[in-house]
Amino acid sequence: MADPVSVEEVAAAMFDLVKSTYGKKNLKAMDLTKAMIEQFGEDRCDKQLCKQAIRQLIDSGKCTYSYVGGSYITLPPEAGS
Amino acid sequence: MSEKKRETPLLDELEKGPWPSFVRELKKSADTPVIQDLLGQLERSYEEHLGHWKHGGIVGVMGYGGGVIGRYSDLPEEFPHIAHFHTMRVNQPAGWFYTSDALRKICDIWEAHGSGITNMHGSTGDIILLGTTTDQLEPVFSKLTEIGFDLGGSGSDMRTPSACCGPARCEWACYDTLAAVYDFTQSYQDELHRPAFPYKYKLKFAGCPNDCVASVARADMSFIGTWKDDIQMDAEQVRQYAASGTVDIQKDVCERCPTRCMSWDGTNLTIDNSECVKCMHCINVMPKALRPGKERGCTVLIGAKAPIVGGALLSSVFVPFIEMEPPYSDLKELLEAIWDLWSEHGKNRERVGEFIQRVGLGNFLEQIGLEPVPEMIAHPRTNPYIFFGEELHEKQA
Repeated sequence: MADPVSVEEVAAAMFDLVKSTYGKKNLKAMDLTKAMIEQFGEDRCDKQLCKQAIRQLIDSGKCTYSYVGGSYITLPPEAGS
Repeated sequence: MSEKKRETPLLDELEKGPWPSFVRELKKSADTPVIQDLLGQLERSYEEHLGHWKHGGIVGVMGYGGGVIGRYSDLPEEFPHIAHFHTMRVNQPAGWFYTSDALRKICDIWEAHGSGITNMHGSTGDIILLGTTTDQLEPVFSKLTEIGFDLGGSGSDMRTPSACCGPARCEWACYDTLAAVYDFTQSYQDELHRPAFPYKYKLKFAGCPNDCVASVARADMSFIGTWKDDIQMDAEQVRQYAASGTVDIQKDVCERCPTRCMSWDGTNLTIDNSECVKCMHCINVMPKALRPGKERGCTVLIGAKAPIVGGALLSSVFVPFIEMEPPYSDLKELLEAIWDLWSEHGKNRERVGEFIQRVGLGNFLEQIGLEPVPEMIAHPRTNPYIFFGEELHEKQA
């Protein structure tokens, strides 16, 4: 079995995805989770790991939640502008 | 301009009559520019038949994705004091019990950092604090946590669970709603504060089928107290109701029973409990004579919603009877299986009831590993989601 990826690595990959789609596409928590499982593979990354990575991104202030009809994960206003 | 008292002839109409008036209450604080602007914008909306609030955006407190609803005036130059008028939702105590001291402290915080206007309570059950600016959100949150309160849910998360007053004040409670709502709220803090679902998910705990929290109309998942043995009856009290003349047992009880499972011969009331659908009517009419049975638990229902994106849905029976004892492991396992499936396959802003309609109840049950039971079907053979096996068709042939 392949070595699991770390929370930090998943958080970094999530952040890159949020940054690259900023202003073009709104991403929900599940969009990020599905993208990470696809990127790292099911044997290395799962939903629980992605949940921890999202928590790290939000608690560190690198990302924030927004509400546009539904709840999305995006860059904070000062980082996105 | 906004400090000058505004003329509000249309709103003034809402002060007429003996009933409570939100306009009258607002005007008690009308010396403040915030309330002046609020009344002014509302008057304008009444004149134009048009709302002037925008909501959403990026507002909140650090780490949380719920509990703050960003609200902005779309006429900020005309009404500058309500240009930002965010709502904060505060997780209410189980059963809405407060000390007067706790209420005073909440109000003091809100007068210091917000408009001072509250809504006790919102339809989901939270304490609603109406109107503050972005820079005041963190100070309010900090002070609320100091006195033991936390924010509730908003957006695509588990909304603040709510419960009726249950056994604390009601003799009909078939399980401890207060213990259940507290347990579920504590168990799912992550789901409450960090939106990860396709849309909102509401849990409501009602102690009996009277459903005082209106869960059948509102909650994605309802836990309604019920019993599975016979209604308890005090025959002497039944006769006293008849003798007192306050209740016409034949007309007011037997003829209003939805399944006509009761009969009254002038002396004795007979109940065919196998036909009882636990509607509570007879118990409500003769509370001294009848009460729920002794084998108590709850019925779990799923899929209600109010009409926001699509039309309204009432909830449907999902688990006909389950005992409600901590730590509620079976219910939590079921809840998490539903969340897992719906989160992965639900469309944006699709409530779980709509999701079930789209994928079909049969597929939904198969995916979460729950066996279909007859109680899930309102009328046999008319439900398009349940398919009968070949062996049943062969037997009928």
